[in-house]
Amino acid sequence: MNPFQYQRASAPEEAIHAISARDAKFLGGGTNLIDLMKYNVEHPSTLVDINHLDLIQVTTTPGGGAMIGALVRNSDLANHEMIRHNYPLLSQGLLSGASPQLRNMATTGGNLLQRTRCYYFMDTAFPACNKRNPGSGCAALQGFNRIHAILGTSSGDSSEETACIATNPSDMNVAMAALDATVHVQGPKGKRSIRFADFHRLPGKTPQIDTNLKPDELITAVELPAPKFAKNSWYLKVRDRRSYAFALVSVAAGLEMNGNTIKSAGLALGGVAHKPWRSLEAEKSLSGATAGPEAFRKAADLAVAGAKPYEHNAFKIELAKQSIVRALTLAAHGPEGVQA
Amino acid sequence: MSSPLCSSPSEEEILETESTDGEFTRRTFVKTAGILGAGVATGIPHIAAAETAQQAAASAPQTISVTLKVNGKSKPLTLDTRTTLLDALREHLDLTGSKKGCDHGQCGACTVILNGRRVNSCLTLAAVADGGEITTIEGLAQGDDLSPVQAAFLEHDAFQCGYCTPGQICSATALLDEQKKGTLSTVSFETGHTDNPQLTDNEIRERMSGNICRCGAYVNIVAAVRAAARSAQA
Repeated sequence: MNPFQYQRASAPEEAIHAISARDAKFLGGGTNLIDLMKYNVEHPSTLVDINHLDLIQVTTTPGGGAMIGALVRNSDLANHEMIRHNYPLLSQGLLSGASPQLRNMATTGGNLLQRTRCYYFMDTAFPACNKRNPGSGCAALQGFNRIHAILGTSSGDSSEETACIATNPSDMNVAMAALDATVHVQGPKGKRSIRFADFHRLPGKTPQIDTNLKPDELITAVELPAPKFAKNSWYLKVRDRRSYAFALVSVAAGLEMNGNTIKSAGLALGGVAHKPWRSLEAEKSLSGATAGPEAFRKAADLAVAGAKPYEHNAFKIELAKQSIVRALTLAAHGPEGVQA
Repeated sequence: MSSPLCSSPSEEEILETESTDGEFTRRTFVKTAGILGAGVATGIPHIAAAETAQQAAASAPQTISVTLKVNGKSKPLTLDTRTTLLDALREHLDLTGSKKGCDHGQCGACTVILNGRRVNSCLTLAAVADGGEITTIEGLAQGDDLSPVQAAFLEHDAFQCGYCTPGQICSATALLDEQKKGTLSTVSFETGHTDNPQLTDNEIRERMSGNICRCGAYVNIVAAVRAAARSAQA
């Protein structure tokens, strides 16, 4: 790990001022950043410790939604009474990620900025990684790409110098995408809000940039609109072992039901793209439909439309479709109503 | 900054500090100092000198003073900013019960209880833990009286080589506290028991999944945690 200066901020303005130092990074839970520093993937000159900022509240907004401070720990958020009651999809998504120890450390804002777990990004023995070393190529394209993206990649229509088939590893992000969250940030010029769908990026020609957050901006909160899916939601995570592993495919499904008719739906996928993959087309097709296999399969086909497999991950296309059907079924009928 | 805790060490301190990356030598220090001096002498604008100083700082060890309250005792330390809580405990306080397994937050051997919560001490900077109360495996027993979880691990033979055991026991100790507060796991959702879920074996497996045992003593670990949970309820 490279040597770094350590500074502690006590107010957002102080943190934003400190982050203007060259190669400075904010330090929250550190579960991803310290790990990547040990691998020499990240090498900040300065760590600005923001753990003392007062961004630890979860409150109800005037509109009946939720305002989640950026430093609320994943375990606290998942177990917060109002979140459990109004947004069980978020609780279930959070608890599907990492381990109890890591969830005790990881913050809401930090989880938003989690970097990919692409093996080639994390291992500096591989020189080719456009995300770690722009213009160097993508080792995953011809490598072992079983865990990689099938949607929104930048390999087909762009050159080797910009290709990237990495996935966003977060579970929280997938749930927040389906819940139509908004990210609140603060920079030197003031505050702004970013719609969740616009927060994370597709790789395009700049796969080294994960999000539309500017380098000198601090995430202060995540806002959720008034709950629609409190009664009918499910987070399904499919992975190589039962627990404590990243998703091959995950699905956040929320349904607003009127009897057996779907009034509205929220649907997002994890493990398949550079960002949480929310499908507005699938959500639209579910609105007004009768909850059941036919509507769910149609939504699944729409959500995964245009998927492009690589050598080792073609299985993800059908896996994603079946996972969507299963998650929607569990959302509609609950775990008691579905046979194992 | 309200608390400028980070300071560049003096030359003496640097020369006394055992280099952790093997790159910093007296020669590089003198060279850096020379460049800075030349910058001032030739009238390079102040900001450039400041930037050079920043670059020099970025390649030199940085130190920080922290106080860790470990197992009830206050321990003031001056550490390289890179020092993790795990290394502070093991290398600076001789508390070698907490183990370094993967050093990347994947195995749980380093699990300690920080301010009442189980964390991976290998991914926690000592600087961030400053002022915190830390309980390690060495702090669980009262004299010769083992804690309920320690006793249950012995009773149920919940280990073979024992390397992961301190982390397993710290993790299980925190798990019992979490369960008393009614926390959930993914198993709680799958079983539909989201109101004060009980510690079934599947709940224990999920909640202990952050601790890996290469000997595969899981069956007995689950039995030990189950027994400790029951004795805590009794």
